[in-house]
Amino acid sequence: MSLLEVKKLTKNFGGLAAVSMVSMELESNELVGLIGPNGAGKTTLFNLLTGVYTPTEGSITLGGDTNKESLIGKKTYKITDMGLGRTFQNIRLFKDLTVVENVLIGMHAKNKVGTLDGLLRTPRFYETEEKMKNEAIELLKIFNLETKVSELAKNLPYGEQRRLEIVRALATKPKILFLDEPAAGMNPQETADLTDLIRQIQRDFKITILLIEHDMSLVMNVCERIYVLEYGRMIAHGTPAEIKNNKAVIKAYLGGD
Amino acid sequence: MKQLNKTNLGWLIFIAVAFLIIQLLVFAGFIDAFYEITLMTILINIILAAGLNLIIGFSGQFSLGHAGFMAIGAYCTAIMTIKIPTLLGLFAGILLGALVAGAVALIVGIPTLRLKGDYLAIATLGVAEIIRIAILNMGSLTNGAAGLSDIPYLTTWQLTFIFVVLTLIIIVNYIKSSAGRATIAIREDEIAAESMGINTTKYKTIAFVIGAATAAVAGGLHASYFSVIRPADFTFMKSIDILIIVVFGGLGSVTGSVIAAIVLGIINVFLQPFGQLRMILYSLALIAIMIFKPSGLFGTKEFTISGLMKKRTPNKKEETK
Repeated sequence: MSLLEVKKLTKNFGGLAAVSMVSMELESNELVGLIGPNGAGKTTLFNLLTGVYTPTEGSITLGGDTNKESLIGKKTYKITDMGLGRTFQNIRLFKDLTVVENVLIGMHAKNKVGTLDGLLRTPRFYETEEKMKNEAIELLKIFNLETKVSELAKNLPYGEQRRLEIVRALATKPKILFLDEPAAGMNPQETADLTDLIRQIQRDFKITILLIEHDMSLVMNVCERIYVLEYGRMIAHGTPAEIKNNKAVIKAYLGGD
Repeated sequence: MKQLNKTNLGWLIFIAVAFLIIQLLVFAGFIDAFYEITLMTILINIILAAGLNLIIGFSGQFSLGHAGFMAIGAYCTAIMTIKIPTLLGLFAGILLGALVAGAVALIVGIPTLRLKGDYLAIATLGVAEIIRIAILNMGSLTNGAAGLSDIPYLTTWQLTFIFVVLTLIIIVNYIKSSAGRATIAIREDEIAAESMGINTTKYKTIAFVIGAATAAVAGGLHASYFSVIRPADFTFMKSIDILIIVVFGGLGSVTGSVIAAIVLGIINVFLQPFGQLRMILYSLALIAIMIFKPSGLFGTKEFTISGLMKKRTPNKKEETK
């Protein structure tokens, strides 16, 4: 009984099949990697899963055996609400807002705060506002960002911006977290720190993580299972050890016959 | 009572002092009947600019239709007060105007707010024109191109001042709430906001509706004070006038809009003696500001009471976030 089930997913852009007949399954509380050469369709797959694109064909369902729900045709915000959080390959923080505001925005949808309560400043407004702020700061503490609470997001160093993006995604209380190249542009030390961080998130928040990554050391280190995409097709699937020795994967990455 | 914290108390005192200063100026005769028109224009412009800033500066949706919503408010109030020439009629008219404008904004907003940037600007421009043309052709109800005259004079600057304060409280309360943060997130990055679980269309529409309703309030006060309204008062140029105030004050700064409305109002008075040259000088002043301070007077910063108390240097009042 898998948490997320993708079956024969296809996305055509005109005549180009960016993703074709991709199937994958994510169990609860596991760490899965998605790798592939540039242009393999990894980010397109993410965008399909999070509702940014509508698939040409195929199905995506979330939930166990009892209450399966299709994600096809649902708006991105609905899908996030159902428990799919994500980060972006090119950081997309709310740059001119403070660190804590970034996290609070992530918490907005789950804390059903009435717009009227805010307009009229009812006691309930102050209660939820305080509760949300405390929660946000608790969350930031876990990621050692509590000293930067009132700094503008754009003024954070690169590594911390990446971390803040993860915190913001976690604030939406996801069941599955999609990380789109979190190690892009990081040096080896930062990547090592990130490796620990990803493990820690999975352990402490008990969520499933799907990781797109180019950095092999990171993927091989943390992932329990790995999917490999090439030209929009799933060419391999297995444990890190299996993937390392898979002929098709080696060929896709290194070329050759 | 959390509403009565230090900051809010500070603002309360600030507002009371501003009110008293105007009152004193009126008593002392500095603000005579002529300058009262300037005062009223400034107050009404504050409401208009703050509302438009919510739409453009905070939700990031470029609307050029503000004059249309102002027209709805003006006509609703005018028709209502001609029938019921009392304060009650005025309040009912303003309320009706805000409701109608809000409803129109809702109907128009849901399809058009999916458009982005220039396309939305054109669409809202079209909406304002439709409203104006509709008013022009409503026969005896709106009296066509001649407009309505002899609207009962029921507004005082004191009453308008109260409306300004109420509007600003509503707008600031909205911005500084969770829904407001969600709205600002849309301005910052719509795709990211959507993937944070924010229903972007909903919050864009809320900001648009609040902005439209406040514009109608301003229109109602305008009609009641100036006694004469014509469809020609609410053309595209009126929307641009309001837009200038918003850009001049800073997109995303409510206090910036307030200051800009005051400054531009005063500049207009000083330019009165120059006759035809006035518009040229006014435009030059705007060009100069855009060259030297492209983000407007305040940028996205706000003038705050707590900032004033914290960063007080001997002879320099600083605006801080």
